[in-house]
Amino acid sequence: MTTTTEVCTRARIDPRGPRFGGAITTVVLAIALITMGTPVGSALLAWQVIIFALGAFVGLWAQPYGWVFRTFVSPRLSAPVELEAAAPPRFAQLVGFCFVAFALAAILLGSTLIATVAVAIALAAAFLNAAFNFCLGCEVFVLAKRLSSAG
Amino acid sequence: MTGIFMVLAIVILATAFGLWHRSNSGRMKTVEHRSAGTTEHGVAILDAQTIGGDLGARATLVQFSSAFCQPCRATRQILIEVSGMVDGVAHVDIDAEANLDLVRALDIRRTPTVLVLDEEGRIRRRASGLPRKVDVIAALGQLD
Repeated sequence: MTTTTEVCTRARIDPRGPRFGGAITTVVLAIALITMGTPVGSALLAWQVIIFALGAFVGLWAQPYGWVFRTFVSPRLSAPVELEAAAPPRFAQLVGFCFVAFALAAILLGSTLIATVAVAIALAAAFLNAAFNFCLGCEVFVLAKRLSSAG
Repeated sequence: MTGIFMVLAIVILATAFGLWHRSNSGRMKTVEHRSAGTTEHGVAILDAQTIGGDLGARATLVQFSSAFCQPCRATRQILIEVSGMVDGVAHVDIDAEANLDLVRALDIRRTPTVLVLDEEGRIRRRASGLPRKVDVIAALGQLD
């Protein structure tokens, strides 16, 4: 197996980074779901909203879980076999932001049930990302475009 | 306690979905043609003007890609490699976002989606997800 001679940049990243981030997100959202309705649950959701916002609106390089991966995990691993584009995982961060921000808003407006459903969907997506390298952009982007421009 | 069971249920369901999705991803499926000149997905025949590229003398590999699609790049590499290897096979890459009318006419829902056209432009095979090179070559062999 050869390793890439490419160097990680903001546009081309180690594909293991987003999966590592997905694993942390899975744990955070799982605890948030278990503690839903308590201050701990709300605080965890608020934390994850900030994480997703940084990843989606600033860039993956600014996402704290990605920083943990680059600083503490990546140096202990072999060089990545291949780099991948940052745009698809960044799109997934945006989708995650929408669901978790919606859940937080629902809690603040008093609907724990709606918040629970939104967090459950985000948790499933984060788990699929970590466990199966699921490409959310592949599944939802074209469908979303089709729906948003239906005429 | 309810929360813990809910998390367990989500992980089990997501695992089942992930395994199902992975086993289907990239699989070349035969496209059945109906007597009305359509397929289960809609349009049955594509021409050079519609796909924005010449049809191959023997077959054409049509790929639908999008900006937020991780395996589209690897799919492109495989299809370019196969079209370079097998005589008379063309490769056309279409940006789904910029061709939504065609995407609707063919009922494309995911990227990458790969269509295998015969020499007349009839859609004979369809795969969504990264296809294996051997499956693409096998699909071309089954066209005759």
